[in-house]
Amino acid sequence: MHRPDPTPPPKRGLTRLTRRAALRQAAAALASTVGAAGSATGANAWAAPGPGGPTDTDRPPLQIVGPWEIGGLDPARSGYFFNRLEVAETLVGAAADGAPLPALATGWRRSDDGLEWRFTLRPTARFHDGSAVTAAAVAQSLRRAQVAPALLHPVPIRSIEADGTGTVVIRLTQPFGGLLSQLAHSSTQVLAPSSHAADGRVLAIVGSGPYRVVSIEAPQQMEVAAFDGFDGPQPAIRRVRYLSAGRSETRALMADSGQADLAYGLDPASLRRLGQRPQLRIRQVTLPRTMILKLNAGLPSLGDVRVRRAMSLAIDRAGIAHALLRDPSLAATQLLPPTLQGWHNTNVAPLAFDLPEAAALLAQAGWRATSEGVRNARGEALALRLRTFADRPELAIVATALQAQWQRLGIAVQVSIANSGDVPLGHRDGSLELALAARNYATTPDPTATLRQDFGPQGGDWGAMGWSDPAVVAALAELGTGASIPARRAELQALVTATLQSQLPVIPVAWYRQQVAVSRRVEGVELDPLERSYRLTSMKWRA
Amino acid sequence: MNIFSDRPAWPAMLMRRTLQIVVLALLIGTLCFFMARALPGDLATRIAAGRYGYDMVSNAAADAVRAELGLDRPMWQALLHWLGELARLDLGVSLVSGDPVLHEIAHSLGHTLWLSAVAVAMAALMGLPLGIWAGLHAQGLVDRATMAVAVLLRALPPFMLALLLMIVVAVQFGALPVAGHGHAGSVLLPALTLALGMAAGLARVARGAMLAVVRSPAWEFARTKGLGDGQALWRHGLRNAAVPVVTWLGIQTVFLVEGALVVETLFAWPGIGHALVHAIFGRDIPVLQGTALAMGLMFVLFNLLIDALCMVLDPRLRQGAAA
Repeated sequence: MHRPDPTPPPKRGLTRLTRRAALRQAAAALASTVGAAGSATGANAWAAPGPGGPTDTDRPPLQIVGPWEIGGLDPARSGYFFNRLEVAETLVGAAADGAPLPALATGWRRSDDGLEWRFTLRPTARFHDGSAVTAAAVAQSLRRAQVAPALLHPVPIRSIEADGTGTVVIRLTQPFGGLLSQLAHSSTQVLAPSSHAADGRVLAIVGSGPYRVVSIEAPQQMEVAAFDGFDGPQPAIRRVRYLSAGRSETRALMADSGQADLAYGLDPASLRRLGQRPQLRIRQVTLPRTMILKLNAGLPSLGDVRVRRAMSLAIDRAGIAHALLRDPSLAATQLLPPTLQGWHNTNVAPLAFDLPEAAALLAQAGWRATSEGVRNARGEALALRLRTFADRPELAIVATALQAQWQRLGIAVQVSIANSGDVPLGHRDGSLELALAARNYATTPDPTATLRQDFGPQGGDWGAMGWSDPAVVAALAELGTGASIPARRAELQALVTATLQSQLPVIPVAWYRQQVAVSRRVEGVELDPLERSYRLTSMKWRA
Repeated sequence: MNIFSDRPAWPAMLMRRTLQIVVLALLIGTLCFFMARALPGDLATRIAAGRYGYDMVSNAAADAVRAELGLDRPMWQALLHWLGELARLDLGVSLVSGDPVLHEIAHSLGHTLWLSAVAVAMAALMGLPLGIWAGLHAQGLVDRATMAVAVLLRALPPFMLALLLMIVVAVQFGALPVAGHGHAGSVLLPALTLALGMAAGLARVARGAMLAVVRSPAWEFARTKGLGDGQALWRHGLRNAAVPVVTWLGIQTVFLVEGALVVETLFAWPGIGHALVHAIFGRDIPVLQGTALAMGLMFVLFNLLIDALCMVLDPRLRQGAAA
C-alpha cells in the first residue's frame, strides 16, 4: 500500500494527473462491468456536501472510524463509547490534566472527616426518555457500578443514597481521595432507570448527554443524534456515526477517500502518507499510557536490582521509538510521561542505553559471560520467558526487538504472544517471568488509583510482582486519602517516582501518542489526552 | 414436464439430509464445546479480556466472570446443560456481549448471505457469458483472454485485490464507500472482491462444460436436424452445460460464505467469519457453538439445494436415484 516517493516537485503534478486519469478510466471500466447500478448508487452519498451545500439536517453524519469494537451495553464493558460520543454522562468530568470538572453534578462537598460526599445534580438535566435526572435514579445507577470490574468496586463505600431529588450522598468507611476521579470513569456513567431490565441487565443506553443513541449494531456500528431535550447548548454536528474497522489499512483508506471525518488508530506508514493529503490534517496528543516491561522480582535473577538495571540499560529506547514507533520523542526516560503533571519527575536521571555498564552490572551480580553467549551464574543460565498479547500490534514487534537487544547482553529471552488475560493470570499463579504491556495510568483521571493497584503491598496484576516498597505503599496510601496539602502531595509524588526509577519494579520502554486523521470539512477538533471524549460538542462543519 | 414425477428420489434425499442435520448438530456442538475448553489459558480470564478489554482485565474481573457464569461447575454438567438448551432450540446468550446468540447469528449470517448473494450474482454476470462464449469458440480470442485473466485473478490474494479495489474505486475514483455497511452501495466493493476471483473460476468451468456439450453427439444431431446456433444453445446447450456449472457454483458459494473472513475484516463487514474469530478469541463458547452450527447447517442446506437443482436440471439423476 506504499506509494512510491514523489518525484521532484515540477514533475509531480503531471505524473499525478496522468496516473489519476488512467486510474479513473480503469475504474470507469470496472464500474461498468459491475453494471450501471454500481457507479450510480448514491454516488458520494456518504461524503459531506461542499460549501453552500444543503442545510445541516440534510448533511450525512460525521463519520468516525476506529479500531474499538462495541462489546455490549454494560457500562463496564463498552461504557467508554457512550462517554466518548457524549451520550451518557458521569457525575464528575475531567480537564485535560485530570482535574475534576462539574458534569452531571454541578458541585460537591466533602465532610471534614472525609467520610461523606454530597453531590448536587444539574437541576435541569433530562434523560433521553424525557424523565428528569433524579438523585434516586443516579444513586441506583451508581450502586450498579460497585460490581467488579467497574471502578467503584475497590472504593470503600458504605452507602450511596439520594437526599431529596437533587442531592446524592456517598458515605465511605474510610477517607478516599480518588473518589472524584473514579466517578469520572465511564464504568460509573449514569443511565436512566428505563435502561435496565428487571434483573439489572442493560437493555438500552438512555443517558443524559447532548447526544442520544439512534442505533447500535454491535460490534461494529453505532449512530447517535443530537438530543433536543439537552439542557445545555445544542451541538453543531447533529448526527455522528461510529464504525469499527479491524484493519488500519481500511481506516487509512476511509480517511483518504473522505468517507471518514476522524480516523483513529492509524499505523505510522499511513500517517506519513495521509499527512501529505491537502484534504486532511493530522492531530496528535501524548497519552498517559506507557509500554512497560512487567517482571517477576520473585525470581532469583530478577529479584536483584542490578539485573533489572542491566536489562533496562540494554534497551535501545531511542532506536525502538525511531525505527518501530516512528517517533523518536516517544522513548521513555521514566515511567510516567510529561503530560501527567506532578507525576513526571524532572529531577530523576533519565533511563539510558549503555551496554558496557549493563554488562558490568550483570558481572557484579554474578552472571558471567560464557562461550555459548548466554550468561550463567552458579550453573544456571540467564534465560527468561516474555509474554505479550496481540491486541496492540506494536507490542509483538517491540518484544522481538527487546529479545534481540538482550541477546547482545547475554540474556536469552523467549517471546510468546497470547491473550491479554494471561498477564494477570501469570501474576496470580506466579508463572509469569517477563511481560510486555501497554499500561494506561489515567484509567481514571488521577493516576494515584492505578499506581496504588500496581505498586501495592502484593504488587499488582499489571504492575510490580514480587516487589514492594513500604515507603511507596505508605506514600500512595496517603495520596489516596486525598487529604494532603499541595506541597506534601508533591513530596510524596517525587518519592514514588524516584523509587520506581531507581528500583525498576517495572521497566518503562516507550510512551504513546494518539494520532488522528481529521478531514478539513470539520473544525474545532481537539483530542482528549485522557481518551474520555471525542469532544463532538466543540466541533462544527466548516462553512 | 413434471419434475416431481419420479417420486421415490425426493423423499429419500430429504430423509438423508435431515438425518445428516441432526447428527451434524450434535457433533459440531460437542466438538466445539470440548475444543473451546481444551484451548490453552484460563477460560474466565479470556472471557474477561474479551468483555472488558486489555485496560480493564484483572484477576478481580476474571473472578467476577467465573462466579457469574458458573465456570467452576464440572464440564459434563455444562455440556448437558447446553445439549438440553439445544433440544429446546435455545442457543443461549453470548458470554461477551450478553445478547442472545440467535440474534447475533441472525445479524452476522444475514450480512454474510447478502454479501455472498451479491457476489455470486456479480460472478455469474461476468463469468457465465464469457465462459459460454469461450466454450463455443474454443481457442478463440475470448477463450485465451479469459484464461489469462482467470489465472491472474485466481493468483491474486483477496487481501491485495481488496486493497487495490479500495484504492482505485473508492479513493481515486470516489465511486463507492471504502468500508462499512448501511451506506448506499457499500456491499458492492466487498462483493466485487469476492466476485472477481469466483468469476474467473466460473468462466473456466462454464467454458469446459460448454465445450463438452459442443463436442457431444447430441449437439451435432441438434445442428444436423436444422436448429440454428441460438436455438441449439438455448434448447440443448445451456441445460446440458448447467449441471457441472451449478455444482461448482454451489460448492464455491459455501466456501464464499464460510471463507469471506479476510474480505469481511478489511471492509468492516459484520459477517459470520468475523463473529466466529471473535468468539474464539473471547472464548465465547455459546457464540462459537452457535456459529459453527449455523455454518454446518448451511453446508448441508446448500448441498441439498444443489442436489435438488441438479435433479431438476437432469432427468437422468432422478431416474438413477429411483432405480
